[in-house]
Amino acid sequence: MTNSASLRSRAEGLAAPLPPLLAEAEHLAMTVLLGEHGRRRAGMGDEFWQYRPATPGDEARSIDWRRSARSDAHFVQEKEWQAAQSVLLWVDDAQSMRFSSDTDLPDKGGRARLLAMALSVLLMRGGERVGLSGFSLPPRTGALQLLRLAEAFTAEGEAPDYGVPEARGMLPHSRAAFMSDFMGDMAPVEAALAKAADRGVKGALLQVLDPQEEVFPFEGRTIFESMAGGLRHETLKASDLRSRYLDRLADRKARLADLARLTGWHYSCHHTGDSAQAALLWLYRALERAR
Amino acid sequence: MFMLGPVGFIAPALLLGLIALPILWLLLRAVPPAPIRRRFPGVALLLGLTDDESQTDKTPWWLLLLRMLAIAAVIIGFAGPVLNPQTERVGDGPLLILIDGTWADARDWPRRMERVAALLDEAALAGRPVAVVETTNLPEQGLPFQAANVWATRLPGLTPRAWEPDAQALGDWAAGLAGGFDTFWLSDGLERDTRAPVLDALKGQGTVTVYESPRMVYGLRPAVFEDGKISLTALRARPGGDADVVLTARGLDPNGVERDLARVPASFDSAATETQVDLVLPPELRNRISRFTVAGVRSAGAVTLTDDSLRRREVALIAGRDDREGLELLSPLHYLRQALEPTADLIDGGLLDILLANPDVIVLADVATVSEAEQDALLDWIDQGGLLLRFAGPRLAASDVSRDTEDPLMPVRLRAGGRSVGGAMSWGEPKALRAFTENSPFFGLPVPDEVRVSAQVMAQPGPTLAERSIAALADGTPLVTRKRMGQGQVVLFHVTANAEWSSLPLSGLFVQMLERLAVSTRPASPTLEELTGTTWVAEDVLDAFGVVADAGTMPGVPGERLAQGRISADLPPGLYAGDDRRLALNVIAADRTLAAASWPADIVVEGLAVVRETALKGALLAAALGLLALDIVASLWLGGRLRGPRGGVTAALVLMALTLMPVDARAQDRDGDALALQVTADVVLAHVLTGDSAVDRVARAGLVGLSNKLFQRTSVEPADPVAVDIERDELSLFPFLYWPVTPQQPLPSAEGYAKLNRYLRNGGMIMFDTRDADVAQFGSSAPAARKLQQLARPLDIPPLEPIPGDHVLTRTFYLLQGFPGRHNGRDVWVEAAPPDAEQVEGMPFRNLNDGVTPVVIGGNDWAAAWAVDAQGGQMFPVGRGYAGERQREIAYRFGVNLIMHVLTGNYKSDQVHVPALLDRLGQ
Repeated sequence: MTNSASLRSRAEGLAAPLPPLLAEAEHLAMTVLLGEHGRRRAGMGDEFWQYRPATPGDEARSIDWRRSARSDAHFVQEKEWQAAQSVLLWVDDAQSMRFSSDTDLPDKGGRARLLAMALSVLLMRGGERVGLSGFSLPPRTGALQLLRLAEAFTAEGEAPDYGVPEARGMLPHSRAAFMSDFMGDMAPVEAALAKAADRGVKGALLQVLDPQEEVFPFEGRTIFESMAGGLRHETLKASDLRSRYLDRLADRKARLADLARLTGWHYSCHHTGDSAQAALLWLYRALERAR
Repeated sequence: MFMLGPVGFIAPALLLGLIALPILWLLLRAVPPAPIRRRFPGVALLLGLTDDESQTDKTPWWLLLLRMLAIAAVIIGFAGPVLNPQTERVGDGPLLILIDGTWADARDWPRRMERVAALLDEAALAGRPVAVVETTNLPEQGLPFQAANVWATRLPGLTPRAWEPDAQALGDWAAGLAGGFDTFWLSDGLERDTRAPVLDALKGQGTVTVYESPRMVYGLRPAVFEDGKISLTALRARPGGDADVVLTARGLDPNGVERDLARVPASFDSAATETQVDLVLPPELRNRISRFTVAGVRSAGAVTLTDDSLRRREVALIAGRDDREGLELLSPLHYLRQALEPTADLIDGGLLDILLANPDVIVLADVATVSEAEQDALLDWIDQGGLLLRFAGPRLAASDVSRDTEDPLMPVRLRAGGRSVGGAMSWGEPKALRAFTENSPFFGLPVPDEVRVSAQVMAQPGPTLAERSIAALADGTPLVTRKRMGQGQVVLFHVTANAEWSSLPLSGLFVQMLERLAVSTRPASPTLEELTGTTWVAEDVLDAFGVVADAGTMPGVPGERLAQGRISADLPPGLYAGDDRRLALNVIAADRTLAAASWPADIVVEGLAVVRETALKGALLAAALGLLALDIVASLWLGGRLRGPRGGVTAALVLMALTLMPVDARAQDRDGDALALQVTADVVLAHVLTGDSAVDRVARAGLVGLSNKLFQRTSVEPADPVAVDIERDELSLFPFLYWPVTPQQPLPSAEGYAKLNRYLRNGGMIMFDTRDADVAQFGSSAPAARKLQQLARPLDIPPLEPIPGDHVLTRTFYLLQGFPGRHNGRDVWVEAAPPDAEQVEGMPFRNLNDGVTPVVIGGNDWAAAWAVDAQGGQMFPVGRGYAGERQREIAYRFGVNLIMHVLTGNYKSDQVHVPALLDRLGQ
């Protein structure tokens, strides 16, 4: 009795964040209109695209007799190309993403997951297949996949201080979106992007930062610790470090932007204090442009 | 116990901890302020950055000092410091507490009792039997030894006496002491002859400790009137630098209210023990003075009652014959003038004019007839207490006045012609005077031999002659006759007022006789001879605190004792009334000097002050806590926590904690507009400030209680009541003022009265509460009622009547018959109903006045019945048990009715018309 009861309560506790996350993502996705979405070329699919005169080599059964009967020529009905694109998401779940400078602000991870979820909703609504990079959740489509994604995003677990992009299992010429604060070591990021570029994967890098990380409003004797406590730095006068910290941050952003340009990716920086909708729009357009 | 000055320590060993402070200083100094730990993902970008400048990592000295002080306070606090630690008084065996108990004790009697109580406490702890004895109230014999706590219960019954101990009795008592005991002697600080023998006797029995108040003892000698000035002499017990005292003359003002009639400052020179001031007052004012006091000194010695010696009689002199101008010595009034001028105010003028001035005495020297109008006026004046003093003379002898029937203005009938003895044409010798009889007002005056009477008018013998004759010649013929009429009297000297008929006006006896007749006033205190044979009855007596009280019925006192002036239990100081005169017997005689008691060197003399142990531990620990709290703030500030992100929040929290002090709800300086906003937002009840903080507090608490009840029970939801200063605050904002009347409160100024009248005319209501219905019926001469009369005299108040049974106050909310407060007095007065109010057939109530009564006057102390304390509990008990609670409930109901009446006016009066209105509407 006790076991089943505790299991159930834990399961309910686990399930509780799912619908809100999904609902919030749907809500965010609703704000983006799908007017331009479409492949706009003939291909395999269910939707009518255009009639064209039959050319030699067309199979007889592909001729649309109803259209052809209204004229002298033979016409073939072409369907719109609906071969779905695969979009792979990587959302940094490291401890550093759990930082939030103010109770009013969401933590960076939360914002990143929300954006990823909303993007998934949008993409699926457009018929794309969405999955996680790596092998845990290959790209699929459908409402069930959304639930799986949400589950994966809300999964709690041991996490390192800083995240490492997951570039394995990328389908060639697919799309990818990496969301992280990119505060950790840059080497894995470079490696992952190089690997992605090798496979012809294009995508978007979204750096999610807390406003405090942009301002560095600290003073006095301070010991800075990373979220998991793995890194620490002690200073006697925090205010002196401000300009140098900001320089380093600018360097980091510039490097990310360079990297993105070299590999044909798109880079943007988003602050948790800003509107999530702008970031979502940018992501959406970035993935579209990359196509 | 380890002592440092007045501070002792319970655990002095802990003070050694202070040695550790310097070490702690060094240790703390080496430790930098603790860093803040911050979680910050951006730390990865910080790695490798070094600080530019090495900031001091040492704690600043002031922070160290703060911490050191805190620690020192903690160490000292735990060492248990005690201010004024009580050293235990050693001794066992019986204990005598001897209190002088004279008037000089009265000034700080409560402190003396406190001291005695402290001594009794100690004795109770030590289990010593105690006897408490007042030297002015000696026990029958021996010492009444009892347990200390028994005496403690009897302490409130001890009072000082207005007299000083009887030397004889005290000496005998002290000589009879035996048994061995220690003595604590609470001395009044005055030197007197009995001190040394009593001290010797007490020293023979055990140790003697003397307690004396360092307070100065002041005395006031009887006022002396000379040369038109009142001369006052103030005394003090010992020279003690320059000191100023204020002497006040008290008496009834024309309204019959006792007040300060005059104040005069007197200053002692630094080495002097007495000082004299002169006071010049108009006779009208001077005659009103009943006593002089040293202001602010509650002691019988500082009060001197005045008697006739200060009063100057107004004497009108009228002579019937003024045709012999220029012959001064033959003028019938010459000797009278000489005799009276020093001691009386003389008035000249026509009889009717004089009567308007209402003199005390009118002297008619050889005036035979007066007109009818004058006679009527004179008779009225005599009826009201005037003394008509007539002298015979040739005219009177020649006239027919009082010949056949007794003239109303003559004491006796006269024979025609009178008689002349010892002259050239007559036989016999001029007659001498006979000694005065006992029922004569002149009884006791020595009769000089040289007084001779050679001519006189003769009284007709009659049944009343013997009793009317108050002085006679040697042969028994009446010389002075007297008749009482109403409150006054007519006295006839059967001789002339000049030396024509007798040598009486030339003698000192003449002056003394006039004095006895209270024609003139006594220039100095009467001598023993003068007072011999007279009897005096106390009118007012003075208690030790200098309070004058009615004597009630006390046995008469022979004049001899009064002349000795030795006051004692059966001759208390006060005002004694004799035949026609009043004599003041004061605590301080005219020749009295005060001197401070001097004690032998081997006697321990302590002050009265009861020093209390004060444990300082709590204060020190609190100070340490406060310092540590400061340290928190300072450390936060130093560590940057008050400046960085969220520093605002921290600072706000710290500030909030620091400013979280109880704020006095009563605004001291209220801005007029702010007050107006405050009191007009809601209904606000108000009470008038009386200047007596206790009364004001009760009034406020009462209105709070009433406001609560109104809030609970009615739709009136008053805000907190406010106190109103008549002079400063705008009154029109308040619908209702509660005005407790205290006898001491000052009268409002003319502007204040103008404001009050405006307030009353514009529909305000004032409820006057004399708060004395338990002891006084309304309208009697209780002090508060007198004050109320004074207060209300300039107010524009309509005619009043006791609340009639059908007044609208009886039914504005509750149906009430009584209006009790803490007391249940009968009389509550409101504006009288109009005279034409009459009961209409079928109506239960009269159609009464159309408006709100502007005043409600009573003495039931309503505020005390309503008053609630801060916890909401009742402040004062009302009555007993359930009946008392019922009375309180009725009091609240009356309050609710009252406020309803104030706010709704005669609304409930109109309600009685409802049946008629409904009837008219055809319902």
